[in-house]
Amino acid sequence: MIRLENIEKLYRTDTIETIALDRISLNIEKGEFLSVMGPSGCGKSTLLNIMGLLDAPTKGEVKIDQQTLTHLSDKQLARFRNQKIGFIFQSFHLINDLRVLDNAELPLLYRNITSKERIRLATEALEKVGLSNRIKHFPSQLSGGQKQRVAIARAIAGNPEIILADEPTGNLDSAMGNEIMDILLQLNRAEKATIVMVTHDETMAKKTHRLVRLFDGSQVQ
Amino acid sequence: MLKNYFKIAIAVLRRRKFFTFISLFGISITLTILIVLTAFWENVTSAGYPDMKRDRSLYINFVVQENPKEHGIIKGLASFYYLDHYVGSMKTPEKVAISSMFTATNTYVKNKKLVINIKYTNHAWWDVLEYQFLEGKPYTAVQIKNGEHVAVISEDVKKQYFGESGAVTGKYIKTDNVEYRVTGVVRNVSVTAPLIYADMYLPYTLSKADYRDQSINGMYSAILLAHNKSDLEKIKDEYQQVVSKIPPPNKKYTKIYSHADSYIKSYTRMFSKDENSSGIGIVITGALVIVFLLMLLPTINLMNINISRIIERSSEIGIRKAFGASSGTLAVQFIVENVILTLLGGIIGIALSLIILNIINSSSLIPNLTLAINFSVLLYGIMACLIFGLLSGVYPAWRMSRMEVVNALKGR
Repeated sequence: MIRLENIEKLYRTDTIETIALDRISLNIEKGEFLSVMGPSGCGKSTLLNIMGLLDAPTKGEVKIDQQTLTHLSDKQLARFRNQKIGFIFQSFHLINDLRVLDNAELPLLYRNITSKERIRLATEALEKVGLSNRIKHFPSQLSGGQKQRVAIARAIAGNPEIILADEPTGNLDSAMGNEIMDILLQLNRAEKATIVMVTHDETMAKKTHRLVRLFDGSQVQ
Repeated sequence: MLKNYFKIAIAVLRRRKFFTFISLFGISITLTILIVLTAFWENVTSAGYPDMKRDRSLYINFVVQENPKEHGIIKGLASFYYLDHYVGSMKTPEKVAISSMFTATNTYVKNKKLVINIKYTNHAWWDVLEYQFLEGKPYTAVQIKNGEHVAVISEDVKKQYFGESGAVTGKYIKTDNVEYRVTGVVRNVSVTAPLIYADMYLPYTLSKADYRDQSINGMYSAILLAHNKSDLEKIKDEYQQVVSKIPPPNKKYTKIYSHADSYIKSYTRMFSKDENSSGIGIVITGALVIVFLLMLLPTINLMNINISRIIERSSEIGIRKAFGASSGTLAVQFIVENVILTLLGGIIGIALSLIILNIINSSSLIPNLTLAINFSVLLYGIMACLIFGLLSGVYPAWRMSRMEVVNALKGR
């Protein structure tokens, strides 16, 4: 499903060059739930961003569904992300000015579908995360766990095949964290979604199919 | 999609109340100024009571005598003799209306001073201009010739001098210690048409200055009425020929020039520095510079606010990009938001203009001036709004669309 080949990422300033990722190759199968672990600054998020086509590698290739994506234009990448990938972030990144339903609807805005259909899909996604009774609320009226559930609903509203989660439980206490983890596991099982999750939490990582460890930009496990 | 843009635009505006207020204030005040100015411009330049035949009229407001050796010029209104003798004998115009610039006279009504602006005219004046007589009629050519002390007064003067009583035709009015018999009362004319406006109209033969004086410059201007529009060029040509044949009045000032112009040009001629320039270019450039400066400040202000707004919303931009919005789509979203803001400002601006125009109309600051928002003024206003919205939205939107998703999400 996702194939990374010899990915390198360098950050250059005038004086120094930092290697964020050093020749990472990774093959993620369809329906797999993979977690990425490592100390802070080891390149986990950079790796996830490159997988999610939010950032371009300095060298190497990203293939999703056998399609090489490294050289697509901004517009083509945007369309590809819209169709195939859903994102979940540690700090939720909800739009505070919009209601829960409008937030969940976001990826669908960039598809050619009617507003009725958008509302139907977004409501469905909110039902899956157990928030259908909160659709008229604003994010500021929700708890951290509820916010993350809205973010998950947003990630799955467009039925993407891939979900990329960057420390989705990082800002939550363990009970809420477990709740979120259960939702992700359920999505993986029931919807056959391919999930890549960056985490610091060993117990969360153990619940997934496979664990990749990074250290200073290199893959160590 | 648009509904979504609208939702978020309103939400953002409500969240940042202070900035919204500053933005809306800037836009609406600027627009109000523009609309009021254009209403003035419309009022002054378009044909209106009593100068209704402006499309087939030419105006002579300036005659210039030049001293080529010493680079001296005398520029001003013409003498009655000049207009009557040279212009009045032209073949192409249907009629030539001649009138003096208005001058103030004083009279006393019940020990209260009343200033009456008087104007001397010839008889064609009443044919060329379409005054509305509330009672009576204009003085006749014979009355003018005989130097009879007759006058046409405005309804304001009637009210102030005679009170609210009935007809006053045939009654006497005294100003600057001279008594005149009223032959008619006309509807008021606004002072924004200074060459037509007066409170009281008198035969030119009553002027204290000798109307037979043959000097070139004086205190009169003329309106040349053409039989039809196509004659205007012929009249201009004939006038040039007439001017070229006028003998120089003295040895020093050997050159005379003057033009029969359309209404606006007859005024802009005031700003021209040489014979061939009508001065309209200078006036239009000046007006554009003023409009540009007026619009520049709120535009820059709005642009700045937009940039800070975008930095504040970088997380939203990042998220939208991550979920499939291209840079172009986002740029459009921000421009639409901005246009919504400016249109809101526009609505407030139009409302403010209506109030201000109403105040100007009902105040006695400029008597008898009636300004109105008409269709074209409204159109200018809406156009100005859109230009605003685009100008102040495009640059920030471009900046925003260049943000990298990863940086945007980190708030950098």
